[in-house]
Amino acid sequence: MTRLDDLFAQCRQENRAALIGYLPVGFPSYEASVAAMVAMVEGGVDAVEVGVPYTDPGMDGPVIQVAVDAALRAGTRVAQVFEAVRTVSAHAPTVVMGYWNPVEKYGPARFAKDLKAAGGSGAITPDLIPEEAQPWLEAARAEDLDPVFLVAPSSTDERIAVVGRTNRGFVYAASTMGVTGTRSTVGNRAEELVGRTRAQTDLPVCVGLGVSNADQAAEVAAYADGVIVGSAFVRALQDGGPDAVRELARGLAEGVRRR
Amino acid sequence: MTAPELPDRAGHFGPYGGRFVPEALVAALDQLSQAHADARRDPAFVAELDDLLANYAGRPTPLTEAKRFSEQAGARVFLKREDLAHTGSHKINNVLGQALLTKKMGKQRVIAETGAGQHGVATATAAALFGFDCTVYMGEEDTRRQALNVARMRLLGAEVIPVSTGTKTLKDATNEAFRDWVANVESTHYCIGSVVGPHPFPMLVRDFQRIIGVEARQQLLDRTGALPDAVVACVGGGSNAMGLFHRFIGDESVALIGCEAGGDGVDTGRHAAPLTAGSPGVLHGARSYLMQDEDGQTLDTHSISAGLDYPGVGPEHAFLRDSGRARYRGVSDTDAMAALELLAKTEGILCAIESAHAFAGALQWVAEQGRDDLTVIVNCSGRGDKDVDTAARFFGLVSQEDIQTASDVRAHEGEQP
Repeated sequence: MTRLDDLFAQCRQENRAALIGYLPVGFPSYEASVAAMVAMVEGGVDAVEVGVPYTDPGMDGPVIQVAVDAALRAGTRVAQVFEAVRTVSAHAPTVVMGYWNPVEKYGPARFAKDLKAAGGSGAITPDLIPEEAQPWLEAARAEDLDPVFLVAPSSTDERIAVVGRTNRGFVYAASTMGVTGTRSTVGNRAEELVGRTRAQTDLPVCVGLGVSNADQAAEVAAYADGVIVGSAFVRALQDGGPDAVRELARGLAEGVRRR
Repeated sequence: MTAPELPDRAGHFGPYGGRFVPEALVAALDQLSQAHADARRDPAFVAELDDLLANYAGRPTPLTEAKRFSEQAGARVFLKREDLAHTGSHKINNVLGQALLTKKMGKQRVIAETGAGQHGVATATAAALFGFDCTVYMGEEDTRRQALNVARMRLLGAEVIPVSTGTKTLKDATNEAFRDWVANVESTHYCIGSVVGPHPFPMLVRDFQRIIGVEARQQLLDRTGALPDAVVACVGGGSNAMGLFHRFIGDESVALIGCEAGGDGVDTGRHAAPLTAGSPGVLHGARSYLMQDEDGQTLDTHSISAGLDYPGVGPEHAFLRDSGRARYRGVSDTDAMAALELLAKTEGILCAIESAHAFAGALQWVAEQGRDDLTVIVNCSGRGDKDVDTAARFFGLVSQEDIQTASDVRAHEGEQP
């Protein structure tokens, strides 16, 4: 059992969805990014997705890309991700969100060891699929971390079953075919995907990509176990600092409780 | 396992290749793998592609013996004339194959990344021929370096989107193309221009470019009765090199020489030579050699040649490097430009700056062997029309003022009714 399992059990008892918020480490500075992650928890986020900045974030849209570019230009290092995890984990469960090459370069076993030591619960790996994940799965298992792979609207039921068997913690369901970023509607393919995923696994299913406000959070919370918000938090941080992040989290937390 | 049987079913060339992609793309990659496997066995597909290559692209391209260049080189040098293929480079071989696959898959839109613009032009050409919608992503810096090719693509009906994120070159154009593909994968084929990317692209592009070596090998045998001592090509992503090398992999007496962009010199850090000075890692969907820092962040690259200015390289090259079957070297901007000038003045052939790296590498390799009886095939992968501006500045052939005046005059003439 990791803290994520406890979190989803608690949310189920409260008959609500979990709220997971993403921010990248180092934007606009290391200190400000960590302060914003803590503010997010104060506002009502249940778990924090701590982003590892990467030069080539292929699954991210312009908002996150610009933020991680700035974080890297400011000299953010992969090792600082573990410091951030240590601080934020005192307030809420954390998972890192990291593209594969920085993890591979750091060394999967060393990455898992340092993540565990910092208090992290697991890792979302957006450009790693189970077929290529053997080194990471071994490392995560050795440290009792939750590996989180994604499913997408284009995933076959066979592939969803593989992800369901491989993941621990939860399954990340990409709501649409596309990259991260706020959208005016979340789209009906998300609900269908959650349904197809539930048919293959008992793990909680969380929906990400496109959610930016309380109404959208409520809409997704009606059928999913968790709502993941990223770009909207990055934009709030950019425009209004940690206070705006806390405020956004409050609204979204209200949304995931409207059932 | 010998190299020609690679990759394995999951797209691995030893430890390299594979699929490091968002889950959303897996279904499309599986569909493409299936379409490619079916096409390889389908005589109608093969016949249609052969017809296009012969009657549209102008294959076979000649093998030219470069007699005056040979005197300078101290070896018998033959040029595989991909510069004479339609659109002016080897890129057409791959896009015609992928366009036929696009049609087979029932898709109506193609997207592409481009560095120097040659692959973008080839893709726009095939899209025009097949009636596809076409969007080409090109780094903002490259749209300035290669403005002529931007115009060519637009004339052919393609939409060209300058990419201003990251380093504003080929790497970031590739990121944007992947993002477009994830969002539009059901209607769109991503026509990757090199032997890079997730499986099946490295295998598929190699198969469509393999004709370069198949033709060159037979042409040389017909002409001289013997195999060459070496075949030499430039390597950015590595498609013209894989195309030339592949048929020769089993010919153990033939040296395979790949020439990377050495930029200011591989010891300066300002280069684009991952096989020579990089390390293994994952970029753009596959594991291969790449230019990265100690955190696994992709490093900025430098080359006078937009087409070689890329931090990664195809996974099969990584495999050939480690096995020792192929040898790779960095060729500096200065050495490449000297070779470009030498070829122009001895043979009347103005090659692309990319290809000039291969000519420079061939001159170096021959000099190192200490023999005077060698025969070498160099892949003249593209023509240099697009590079005249860069060359004029490099050699100081005309003054900055004249370049500006000429461009003003052209702009003015363009305004006339």
